[in-house]
Amino acid sequence: MTSTPATTLEQEIEARLGDALAHETRPGYAGYRVEAARLVEAARTLRDDFHYDYLSCVSGVDQLPEGKLEVVYHLFRTRGGGALVLHTLLPRDDPHLPSLVSLFPGAELQEREAYDMYGIRFDGHPDLRRILMWEGFAGWPMRKDWKEAFYEQEGKPFDARWPGGRARRSEDQNPFGSNVEYPPGFTLEGWVPEGEDALYASFGRIEPGGNGSGLRTDRMLINLGPQHPSTHGIFRMVAVLEGETIIDIKPVVGYLHRNHEKIGERNTFLMNMPFTDRLDYINSLSNNFGYALAVEKLMGIRPPERAEYIRIIMAELGRISNHLWFIGFLLNDLGAYFTPALYAIQDRELILDLFEAITGSRMMCNYFRFGGVARDFPEGTLQRIRELVEERLPRKIDELDGFLSGSEILRGRAIGVGVLPPDRAIAYAAAGPVLRASGVAYDVRRAEPYGIYDRFDFNVAVRTHGDVYDRYLIRLDEMRESLKILHQALRDIPAGEIQTGKAMYQVRVPAGESYARVDGPKGELGFYVVSNGKPNPWRYHVRPPSFISLTPLGEMCRGQKIADAVVILGSIDITLGEVDR
Amino acid sequence: MYGLGIVKGLTTTLRHFFETYLDDLRWLGKGRYGTPQGIQHRSSKNVRGLFTIQYPEEKIPVPEEFRYIPFLIHEEGANGEQQDRCTACGICAKVCPPQCIWIVRTTDSATGSPVPAPAEFYIDIDICMNCGLCAEYCPFDAIKMDHDYEIASYDRRQAHIFDKQRLSRPVSYYAAIRPSNYASEEEARKEKEARKAKAQAAA
Repeated sequence: MTSTPATTLEQEIEARLGDALAHETRPGYAGYRVEAARLVEAARTLRDDFHYDYLSCVSGVDQLPEGKLEVVYHLFRTRGGGALVLHTLLPRDDPHLPSLVSLFPGAELQEREAYDMYGIRFDGHPDLRRILMWEGFAGWPMRKDWKEAFYEQEGKPFDARWPGGRARRSEDQNPFGSNVEYPPGFTLEGWVPEGEDALYASFGRIEPGGNGSGLRTDRMLINLGPQHPSTHGIFRMVAVLEGETIIDIKPVVGYLHRNHEKIGERNTFLMNMPFTDRLDYINSLSNNFGYALAVEKLMGIRPPERAEYIRIIMAELGRISNHLWFIGFLLNDLGAYFTPALYAIQDRELILDLFEAITGSRMMCNYFRFGGVARDFPEGTLQRIRELVEERLPRKIDELDGFLSGSEILRGRAIGVGVLPPDRAIAYAAAGPVLRASGVAYDVRRAEPYGIYDRFDFNVAVRTHGDVYDRYLIRLDEMRESLKILHQALRDIPAGEIQTGKAMYQVRVPAGESYARVDGPKGELGFYVVSNGKPNPWRYHVRPPSFISLTPLGEMCRGQKIADAVVILGSIDITLGEVDR
Repeated sequence: MYGLGIVKGLTTTLRHFFETYLDDLRWLGKGRYGTPQGIQHRSSKNVRGLFTIQYPEEKIPVPEEFRYIPFLIHEEGANGEQQDRCTACGICAKVCPPQCIWIVRTTDSATGSPVPAPAEFYIDIDICMNCGLCAEYCPFDAIKMDHDYEIASYDRRQAHIFDKQRLSRPVSYYAAIRPSNYASEEEARKEKEARKAKAQAAA
């Protein structure tokens, strides 16, 4: 895609930024090390002159043995290609570095997360508050020296289980024992939650407005959620309104937070596989895919041919089932209660039946393994997939298209609503369908093909208006493209092994870092894994697409009516299991 | 004309409405509801009209690979004695992601050395996430995933820790719920034994 080969690009970057960037020398690491003081300058040059315009992932890492904290940035070019990785090491006692929000607004929620989890301060961040933990929480939970309630042992497997394991119910052990700390001088009775005030203050002064027509109006704050039928889970939006018009809106998340990443760092590499199912629980297969790729990159293995095809087939079926779900529930958000939703999820049901027959579970599939998949297709299932893909699903997509796309009510509510222009979509690191509906033809399956996606003939679905209607249409387009891929994969799938090497319950993962991303149904899903050669990952970070796609929610909603906020949120397609992790 | 899109959409709804009754008529007397073939039809690609399975009166038969809460397998002797397949090697407890398996290994009372059999075996089913890794990595085919998903109970405390007694099932049960898995494992086992016997004969 790029006219210049990678080596010259690298040389050019080094020529321009040689004094700011130093080669990363740790074994298994890639990219550059950059001083905190020169981070903004380097990032600006990379963005403006080298087209690294997509800041995909910001990860905090605790390098406890070196006494440092680290921030890792993964930058991509929307014209395609691999990552440019920047590492910044910070002292543990006073970790702070300049925020990149002014250059990449998409870093806003990610930097807040790194602050929340590691206590890394981002100078110049517009709204640096806790995001997943609650205000008033003491400590930085992802730091290695922070121990959670129910803390048993540094890494799994726990010694208490075998050979002398007499079961105890974990609930019976006092969760608020010695492993819960309160700040000095804290009393529960005297505690006033400051978080809400900080949240409301983050909107700035709410001035009495006036709607321009001479009417005297007041601005007001409205909370939608956390318990609200339109928020797809426990999710809250705080909106400043002028009449019915939205002046500003902010997402409040973390109600479902269980520190998936901390759990992931206690787990062994394999144990994380079923946990990834619980991220975006609508698409456990693409979560499996991303995580398997990240660890396989570190291990340096590839699955055998048949397993590659099985992965593609499962991932694309998962995409169709997600998009059917999306379309059904977008219409629910629009007020078309449950008729479209039930029509759409009928065929999702047939896909889930297949998942159950193949993986053993409808949603928590836990199907991918490092270097393969858990088991081959049982007898008859391949035929069932063929029948579904060839006969039933195309008909279903056409039916939904005819049923909904022309409806004047849908068009009236969706066209021109929640517009996100292409340059803003890139800046916000919006992912997947949200990005592509804004006219950016960026699909990881094409930009940096993983698995065997480079063998298939399909188009990257693009729509140009960036409104809710295009975000609806693009899902229909993507389902049709998925069917194309499925047709080819089902035609070409070879016989053979499904696992490289022997299936091991304890894999040996060489030290190093890896970042693997897949184009999941919700967008770019990334896994950043750091291994230090031990059975448990040192760092396990998820780049959740629906969390990051929430960053532009405010921009999409401004100036719209309050009723449209629900639809705009629906058009992003979030899953709270993934947003809150 | 404005409204045409809505009318077009509503024809889809109308078609669904009629299909529901047409399919009922087509199946008249053939048992669309409450019969195995009716349930099978309503979860197949050919279904038109109503999809719903009326649980619990009707149940979709679970596929062989379906997994829900592990169980332990014991062999049955001729006079009813039970021989656990489990050797208390602990691999299932080590691979278990939520760490819900607890095993006490048997020790020889005379010598104090370990004996390859479980003295106690617990699974905390509150915590079990039904991932099936224990069954997948057990080298002795001693722990397998069950099909029985209706395990609601009134006690949510101690009764949710299944002990060895509660977990143990005969091989015949396993062969009944997972016939093709069972057959392929038996075949692999026989092959292995034949190879072993051959090697011994050669030596």
